[in-house]
Amino acid sequence: MAGQAQPGTLPQEFRVSSSDALSETAAQAPSDQDPRTSLVRIRGLNKHFGGVQVLHDVDLDVHSGEVVAVIGPSGSGKSTLCRCINRLETITSGSIEVGGVPLPAEGRELSRLRAEAGMVFQSFNLFSHMTVLQNLVLAPVQVRGLSRAEAQKRGRRLLARVGLADKADAHPAQLSGGQQQRVAIARALAMEPSVLLCDEPTSALDPEMIQEVLDVLAELAAEGMTMIVVTHEMGFARKVADRVVFMDGGRILTSAPPTEFFADPGHARAADFLSKVLQH
Amino acid sequence: MGLIVDHIGVFGSGLRVSAEISACTFVLAALLGAALAVCQISPVLPLRVFSRLYVGGVRSIPLLVLLTLFVFGLPEIGVVYSLQWTAVTAMGLYWAAFFCEVLRAGVRAVPRGQIEAARALGLGFGQTLRLVVLPQAARSIIQPAASLLIAVTLNSSLAAAVGVTQELTGQTELLDQQYAQPLLTFGAAALAYVTVALWVGWLAGALDRKLAVSR
Repeated sequence: MAGQAQPGTLPQEFRVSSSDALSETAAQAPSDQDPRTSLVRIRGLNKHFGGVQVLHDVDLDVHSGEVVAVIGPSGSGKSTLCRCINRLETITSGSIEVGGVPLPAEGRELSRLRAEAGMVFQSFNLFSHMTVLQNLVLAPVQVRGLSRAEAQKRGRRLLARVGLADKADAHPAQLSGGQQQRVAIARALAMEPSVLLCDEPTSALDPEMIQEVLDVLAELAAEGMTMIVVTHEMGFARKVADRVVFMDGGRILTSAPPTEFFADPGHARAADFLSKVLQH
Repeated sequence: MGLIVDHIGVFGSGLRVSAEISACTFVLAALLGAALAVCQISPVLPLRVFSRLYVGGVRSIPLLVLLTLFVFGLPEIGVVYSLQWTAVTAMGLYWAAFFCEVLRAGVRAVPRGQIEAARALGLGFGQTLRLVVLPQAARSIIQPAASLLIAVTLNSSLAAAVGVTQELTGQTELLDQQYAQPLLTFGAAALAYVTVALWVGWLAGALDRKLAVSR
């Protein structure tokens, strides 16, 4: 999977916007020439678990339509970063804006904004007491106020899109891991989020099921979905992402287009990580 | 044996009153216990503290002591209603503490990812609880809740000790005082309790199997 690089065919150029103190690519302000505003804008994000600091002063901008792959060793804080964006984790300090609106700490407004950021989990987390279609219908009806008929129509359309139209009435336990994850992606899309957060979406899957999930994500990316994908799949990062963000020790060390990143990681720690994961 | 057959109507009416007391107690305990459980998992600290104190306090008092306190205490503060309903109130408050713990264990058995998925989809605390957590918790609490219902039913006999003579144990005591046949009369009462308990257990098992299929 490390084989072919896809040279400069990426649809857009993206500015590096990591401004970590340790970063050798150094602080660059978000581009002023870029007319698009950041859909997700993170500034000075710090996160502690008890006495342990897991995120250090993280800055990140994700533009509309951009696909950002977040990679790095285990414990580097990439999952935590992903979970902070929709406040599944509380943050210690810093600010997170989605669609230009800062996320409140709790309450009804937070629930509404959370729905703007769809989430795909490593362990799928489909509601086990509901059928596949009920999983897709629940939040659009309860949170968005759609009629049941409307939500079902949308749900069936999305199931068809992930290739599971015939599984609408199945229970999650009757599906394979790959099928469950595709349903989970459809469930997130049913809320019509402005950004999709994927927290290691293929890490709990058998090797032969990884591809079917990555294919769905790649299709979404091609359709212009804004995505932040925490992943260990370097082939996916290389081919689908517009930008690769490398994290280690709770900091963003580099942030670059994949062609650039995989040619020259720009940071010793990143080069070391790549040499290990690309070997096999 | 003729004694039992002759007084089968007495056992019948005693059993009916016992069932009535048990059912009312259980419903009250379930409602109150659910409220206590919601308090314990709510984000509001004073509610959590209140619920902890309630459960810890109430289940540390023997039921007979609590019953006696209510039967003699309520009239002291000017609350007077029938002995049977006083007993139901006391027992409902008592068993609510246990029901709360059963529910809480059921809620904790729901995988964390289910709750995170609900929150990530924008569901609020109440919606998450009602639509995702409780339906899944309900499946794992059927058996412990049935055990609780059996305990409630058997311990409803304590009501006789504070003067609710219409219920099964009370009726049995009256018969025993009249005929001095404790083995026979209480043997028959025991048989009635066993029948009810086994039936509740069987019903819970059937419900559990039915829900397990649709999981």
